[in-house]
Amino acid sequence: MVRFILSKLLYLVPTFLGITIIAFSFVRILPGDPVLLMAGERGVTPERHAELSAQLGYDKPVVMQYFDFLGRLMHGDFGNSLVTKKPVLTEFMALFPATVELGLCAIIIATLIGVPVGVLAAIKRGSWFDQISMTTALVGFSMPIFWWGLLLIIFFSGILGWTPVSGRISLLYFFPNVTGFMLIDSLLSGQKGAFTSALSHLILPSVVLATIPLAVIARQTRSAMLEVMGEDYVRTARAKGMPPSRVIGVHALRNAMIPVITTIGLQIGVLMAGAILTETIFSWPGIGKWMIDSIARRDYPVVQSGLLLIAALVMVVNLLVDLTYGLINPRIRNK
Amino acid sequence: MSDIAPTPVVRLSDAAIRRRMLAEFWFYFRQNRGAVAGLFVFILLVLIAVFAPLLAPHDPTMQYRDALLVPPAWQEGGRAAFPLGTDAVGRDMLSRLIYGAQYSLFIGIVVVAIALIGGVILGLLAGYFGGWVDTVIMRVMDVILAFPSLLLALVLVAVLGPGLTNAMIAIAIVYQPHFARLTRAAVMSEMKREYVTAARVAGAGNLRLMFKTILPNCLAPLIVQATLSFSSAVLDSAALGFLGMGAQPPAPEWGTMLAEAREFILRAWWVVTFPGLAILISVLAINLMGDGLRDALDPKLKRS
Amino acid sequence: MKKLLVFASALAMSAAMAEAKTFVYCSEASPEGFDPAPYTAGGTFDASAHPVFNRLTEFKKGTTEVEPSLAESWDVSADGTEYTFHLRKGVKWQSNEKFTPTRDFNADDVIFSYERQGKADHPWHQYIPGITYEYYTSMAMPELIKSIDKIDDYTVKFTLNQPEAPFLANIAMPFASIISKEYADVLEAAGTKEDMNNLPIGTGPFKFVAYQKDAVIRYQKNPDYWGTAPIVDDLVFAITPDAAVRLQKLKAGECHLMPYPAPADIEAIKADPNLKLDEQAGLNVGYLAYNTTVAPFDNPAVRKALNMAINKQAIVDAVFQGAALPAKNPIPPTMWSYNDAIQDDPYDPEAAKKMLEEAGVAGLSMKIWAMPVQRPYMPNARRTAELMQEDLSKVGVNAEIVSYEWGEYLAKSMEPGRDGAVILGWTGDNGDPDNFLSVLLSCDSAGEGGANRAFWCNEDFSKLLKEAKTTADPATRTSLYEQAQVIFKDQAPWYTIAHSTQYVPMSNKVSGFVMSPLGDFTFDTVDIAE
Repeated sequence: MVRFILSKLLYLVPTFLGITIIAFSFVRILPGDPVLLMAGERGVTPERHAELSAQLGYDKPVVMQYFDFLGRLMHGDFGNSLVTKKPVLTEFMALFPATVELGLCAIIIATLIGVPVGVLAAIKRGSWFDQISMTTALVGFSMPIFWWGLLLIIFFSGILGWTPVSGRISLLYFFPNVTGFMLIDSLLSGQKGAFTSALSHLILPSVVLATIPLAVIARQTRSAMLEVMGEDYVRTARAKGMPPSRVIGVHALRNAMIPVITTIGLQIGVLMAGAILTETIFSWPGIGKWMIDSIARRDYPVVQSGLLLIAALVMVVNLLVDLTYGLINPRIRNK
Repeated sequence: MSDIAPTPVVRLSDAAIRRRMLAEFWFYFRQNRGAVAGLFVFILLVLIAVFAPLLAPHDPTMQYRDALLVPPAWQEGGRAAFPLGTDAVGRDMLSRLIYGAQYSLFIGIVVVAIALIGGVILGLLAGYFGGWVDTVIMRVMDVILAFPSLLLALVLVAVLGPGLTNAMIAIAIVYQPHFARLTRAAVMSEMKREYVTAARVAGAGNLRLMFKTILPNCLAPLIVQATLSFSSAVLDSAALGFLGMGAQPPAPEWGTMLAEAREFILRAWWVVTFPGLAILISVLAINLMGDGLRDALDPKLKRS
Repeated sequence: MKKLLVFASALAMSAAMAEAKTFVYCSEASPEGFDPAPYTAGGTFDASAHPVFNRLTEFKKGTTEVEPSLAESWDVSADGTEYTFHLRKGVKWQSNEKFTPTRDFNADDVIFSYERQGKADHPWHQYIPGITYEYYTSMAMPELIKSIDKIDDYTVKFTLNQPEAPFLANIAMPFASIISKEYADVLEAAGTKEDMNNLPIGTGPFKFVAYQKDAVIRYQKNPDYWGTAPIVDDLVFAITPDAAVRLQKLKAGECHLMPYPAPADIEAIKADPNLKLDEQAGLNVGYLAYNTTVAPFDNPAVRKALNMAINKQAIVDAVFQGAALPAKNPIPPTMWSYNDAIQDDPYDPEAAKKMLEEAGVAGLSMKIWAMPVQRPYMPNARRTAELMQEDLSKVGVNAEIVSYEWGEYLAKSMEPGRDGAVILGWTGDNGDPDNFLSVLLSCDSAGEGGANRAFWCNEDFSKLLKEAKTTADPATRTSLYEQAQVIFKDQAPWYTIAHSTQYVPMSNKVSGFVMSPLGDFTFDTVDIAE
């Protein structure tokens, strides 16, 4: 087992180096000059331009800059934002919980709805429930979520006035940031109504973000269930007269869950991509919006390190999924 | 979506078998009503795109200065000349939507073509030669896959400069690892088969082996993946357009139209609703088709 | 420990919440930081310089007139190079968990605030790695200020290298905010210099409480404020970058006031009985700058003809949704010395066609540069360019629209020999005409590092500007700038597009808000009805 984990970890090293090269080189060849952006319409003299570039370290050879970058990474230094002048890691950590909270909430919604729907659809294969739910799932899978979000805002916030338009919690509430998760912090604060407020802010964005994973999970669960239910041991169990609920609950479901768990784990990439759009629409102060803004502002260090941190994160989660999979399924481990 | 296991299809040897296979494929495809509906809508889309100049009542970039933000014809204040209303500079929504179909199909085709060709070549090389070629290619693919696709595409577009062409290239680059992986897996399993050994013994060269002997037998999963990528490409390019990094105005690309319409969200629902609906319908149609294709091409599901 | 303190103050605040008046402002952008000097964005100043800090001089509310602030009065030497400021006494510094002031504001703070920006070897010059003082540099302060001397604790003398009429307006700008030297010393001793930018201490009407990145900034009324104390107890900035979302929040009562509504929403806001709308001509101009060094655009007649071919009102209607004044001069009408006697070139395609023929120009092809971003002076450059393209095609000019990424756009549009006319604009910094005319149209700014994107160098025009800059008398300056505008109109280096109107939608309950021509948002005078 340890060897399995080690080999997986070792495998990640070159990938990680590749990621640093990509993050670094992309950002170095981005057109547009951060110094010019800082100056705006006013313009900047060539001397001042050179001075500022030197200050930012953009006058050195590119290879040197890469090794500088790598060296600083080793020390946990991800650089400073050109706009706010603050360390990128500090900013990332400040915004990261918001994205995690949103993502977790989305994946919980997606799982809690997606798995039962998928199971039920598989059991009642061909029924109207199967057809409707799978069609709906396909619609969800095909949804341009940036448009979906706008529609939900128009309807629930604009017309009905049920949910707040954006933000994480009503401004009436102010409490210390303990975990960074608004739902937990609001409970810890003990302020009346804070939790409800946080929840009502979270609901629309997480529904929007959950849309595609939900569809994927429902479809995957259904097909995994169908596959398992066609397997010999399930048929045997059924033939032996085991009650159908037990067959499904004990044998089919447990085995069908392996690919489903993998699917859920693999949704993190989808979630990150979705977070960029969802956070933009709902003004959600998370890292997706932060990345978009930073790309627009040519904030090199933020784009570079943000890209790196996000990719590393996806990689680690995928590794965890891999390991879990290996744990559940020894055949993979010994390959 | 998860990778589809390599599925060796019965080897084709003559036209009769080919015809029978096609008939069999159509038989399975037809059973999926959704797929047929998807195909129907897709054909309709293609027709709309091809005959856009004939169908559109107006030039999609023509600005009617006396008709800014006119609501759809059935609403109060609407005009028969603009069935779905006009946008902020007085362009006919219907005509723009019709021409938008051209963009979406074009984007889908180009992205899939680039990703497919690139991915297949890389996958073939990796699977066929193995060793360090395989390691290097697949590592690069791993690195690309480590980034969330939209984020990587965004940064790529930022590097290349916003615009339709660059958006398509960026999306294709992001998609091609999927094709490479599929091809590689299929090639590796095909390589062990007798017919490959036989062809090799008969003196077939590397290129001939790769493209003529092995590739045709890996097509089924690639076709399914291509369909999926087609719909994702439409979706992702619209997302890039929405974020201002895709097709640039005044191009009537649906995502770009949505981005331009965003400021009118409270005032003119039609400029927001229709482009999104158009995206949804076309992506849905293609996905329905893709489902049907997979069911028909994937013998594993056929059995169950 | 820090957490505990924050917690304690949070408890105190939430307890007081019940009866306290909280004003919520849906701001547009996150502040880059809370030290005003290193930054240039208006949104940053609204969150730092205006609520928390004061300057020696300040702009009188709602005007661009300079009035005393931390400096109660000043004397100017006869040659206009020595400014002696008499500082206000008894001004208290704010406090936070890390800092309790032991003394009032004095001359040391003034000198510290300026020298840390101007002197590269000052210990606080680079208190955060990579920090720069762009406004200080671009307002030419390093070249202008010869020395700053402390006469006594409440008297400071600035010596300039040459007379500079806009000086008093320049130092009323946010970058010249006065920070506390004592606070700096405390932070330096604690080894947390960066807190100068995170936890600001000022003398202004509001005290900074907390900032949650990209989400919320909280302030409290400063009980020891030297001026008229603010009416509301708490001030909250809810950061909401999207205009449509801001409006939604305003309508939902989640905030009281918002900046920059989308032009498309103005009608709906006017119609809403729960909202009211303040409006004012903005201190800005949007323009199309020809390259006056390239044929045939080096011919004023050709430029004039093109100007006459473009329908200005159509642009104002379609792009600004009517929320702008068609521009005839390079400076906005809210600015002193605006020459209202000038007649704009009429929209007359026929005459334009004829003029082009007379100038021997046929089958002209040109490029129109459309900027990729939205700015206060130009809500949608692409749409504007499309309208121009249509109009120009009617006089036989074939225009192609090009665009670049914003940074590239700014750089490439300043390259000599540039192909095409550029859409761009300017928002005033200090309300002085020099800040428009010299920066955008003088010979000095036509070269590298300048902002004269027409590359237009007219000796007579530039001479008038120079004279005005070194003259102290406002009446003389006014007449000089008026003459300059006549030359501008005659030579037509730009097609002046519009001065966009600034709108501020707010809840009906809000009273006492004063719009600033400089686009600042200040809340020390606002009140909310229950």
